[in-house]
Amino acid sequence: MAPLRAGRLVCSALLVIFVSAPALAQTPPVLRWAGDPEGGAPYVEADPSDPSKLVGFDVEVADLIARGLGRTPQFININFASIDQSVVRGDADIGLSGIEDTPAHRTAFAVTVPYYEFREVLSVRTADAARFRSLADLRGRRVGTLGGTIAYEILRNAERNQGIEAVSYDDDVHPYSDLVLGRLDAVLLDNVLAERRRRTTPGFITQPDPVAVSHYVGVMAPANGVLRDRVNGVLKQAMRDGTLERIFRKWNVWNDDQPPLFARVNAGTPIEPLVMVAANGVTPSMAPSLATMPKLEATRAYFPALVRASVITLIFSCAAMLMAVALGIAIATGRIYGARVVRVLLVAYVELMRGTPILLQLFVLYYGLAAAVRLPAWMAALLGLGLNYAAYESEIYRGALLAVPVGQLDAAKTLGFSDFQTLRLVRGPQALRLALAPMTNDFVALLKDSSLVSVLTVVELTKETQIFATNLGSWVIPGALCAALYLAMSLPLAAVARALERRWRWT
Amino acid sequence: MAAYPLVLRDVRLQRGGRVLVSEANIEARAGELIALRGPSGSGKTTILRAIAGLDGFDAGAIEVGQARLEAGRAPDRAMLHVLRRSVGLVFQFHCLFEHMSALQNVCLSPVHVYGKSAHEAAGRASELFKQLGVETRADALPRELSGGEAQRVAIARALAVDPPVLLMDEPMASLDPPRRAELGAILQRLTAAGRTLQPR
Repeated sequence: MAPLRAGRLVCSALLVIFVSAPALAQTPPVLRWAGDPEGGAPYVEADPSDPSKLVGFDVEVADLIARGLGRTPQFININFASIDQSVVRGDADIGLSGIEDTPAHRTAFAVTVPYYEFREVLSVRTADAARFRSLADLRGRRVGTLGGTIAYEILRNAERNQGIEAVSYDDDVHPYSDLVLGRLDAVLLDNVLAERRRRTTPGFITQPDPVAVSHYVGVMAPANGVLRDRVNGVLKQAMRDGTLERIFRKWNVWNDDQPPLFARVNAGTPIEPLVMVAANGVTPSMAPSLATMPKLEATRAYFPALVRASVITLIFSCAAMLMAVALGIAIATGRIYGARVVRVLLVAYVELMRGTPILLQLFVLYYGLAAAVRLPAWMAALLGLGLNYAAYESEIYRGALLAVPVGQLDAAKTLGFSDFQTLRLVRGPQALRLALAPMTNDFVALLKDSSLVSVLTVVELTKETQIFATNLGSWVIPGALCAALYLAMSLPLAAVARALERRWRWT
Repeated sequence: MAAYPLVLRDVRLQRGGRVLVSEANIEARAGELIALRGPSGSGKTTILRAIAGLDGFDAGAIEVGQARLEAGRAPDRAMLHVLRRSVGLVFQFHCLFEHMSALQNVCLSPVHVYGKSAHEAAGRASELFKQLGVETRADALPRELSGGEAQRVAIARALAVDPPVLLMDEPMASLDPPRRAELGAILQRLTAAGRTLQPR
């Protein structure tokens, strides 16, 4: 009997595990909520007095929702642009960090009721307050915003309809600093962000008339409809009992726009995700959202933009590689033939460029040096990539130059060639053949690294894909197209390099 | 031209503390063919490299035409300029420029160092190729040449600028017996024309 009893015990234990596993999955003791503290106050930021703690109105909204659900809030740090995709992956139960109420979110995700209404407002330099009052006044001017947002979509529309130039940023700080520096003529962003920047960055004003009105929502995986409904219940209750108002007042973001929103939400009135506001008697039209189109049609509509972005990627990569090759050859030559002081300086350059992140170098070139030299974004991007890759190229050429057999150099000497002639006629051409394979490798790497220049407002293939994915609410088609376009650029390059290698092979 | 196009006086060569050659004395007249003989590692190549100005030497003096090389001192640029015009060297392993055809190898120095026209240099190269029996191999890359062909292209390259002294390092090493006889005949013809040769 003993073995039988033991067997029963094992079965009971298994039963408990199998029964409790789904129960644990359905009702976790925590509510994992995703946010991006880089966005900062008043949404989510590290408490200045205790950086291990988070503060912000979205932190308090998350607390409120978790309490209402009987759970403990657990913060998951996710980059703003990836919050919606991370909830689909299951990294978090809900995303809250000034998440915009967009058609893409409504179509592809389970979103909560809107819990805050914001205005897309235009900020201009104080001196331009009278002449740039609306987007219509900004024809031919550069207007910046955070990429992948409603504001960016509005600007892309205005690019087509009103002739402005839309400039995409990866954060909401630099648009305002660039506005004050004169790199931009206006910034379009949420009134919450504009108000926050106005307190820290002097030199600009925010126009009183909004360009559009939208809302913040919580975003959840499409299959999380039940949780969404429960969260909606909590939010509606907090709107009715004044809890949300207290939170927003505490963070100085309460205004007269919120009571009507709360009333409409509680009354069940349909609320449009985005309402464009008339300027000079004309309401700007918005192109239909990609998220509401069939996927194939949306892809067809967006494909030309991806191709244009590929061309930018290719031009940037080729130009940066040309610069890297020229400079790399000069550095390698200097390190082999130069005087000691030259060699020391060149080694320092190579180690500095190789030993620090390229992103840091791009930021320093574009933003860090802005007070002394105000480089255009494309030039800073080109210089950043070219100068960085030159360090790597120089090591390839130095290795290749040193690999040319001594006998070849001795032969050149006995024939009377000067060092420069030997380099130009014998050593250089032979080294180039040796360097070809690693050079090709670097060019393909550069092609992909060129995506980093999006931090300097240059919209290249990866950035355009990210915007496409945000608007579509999915990464599948944009990701596949992006990969295909990168391959379409890199494979022919590799084929040309292989053909050259075959042609130049002599041993 | 000096009475002796090539003179070595009490030349000592040592490498890594080991004396390879001590008190080497040579006086070579125009048209003379001198062979240096000795076991492997005895310093034959080292002497040739010292004469060609590729490596230094430790004592004595070397005169090649108007160029005078001092022991323990690297020749200055002007002296090297004179030296390069006075002596040609054919390396044991030929050291042809691998990325160029045989013809380009031979024309490179006349065009870029001596300022001859490409046409003139090609004419002289063809003449040399014909004399050396490799006229059909002008367009071949070094890797496409046999050892003997590469040897003769290397000789043509060294002779293309008419140096009064031609040094050859192990000229027979890569040749089979019939080719050795052939090369011997070529060297006889060249020395008959008044050039000093140093095969070893």
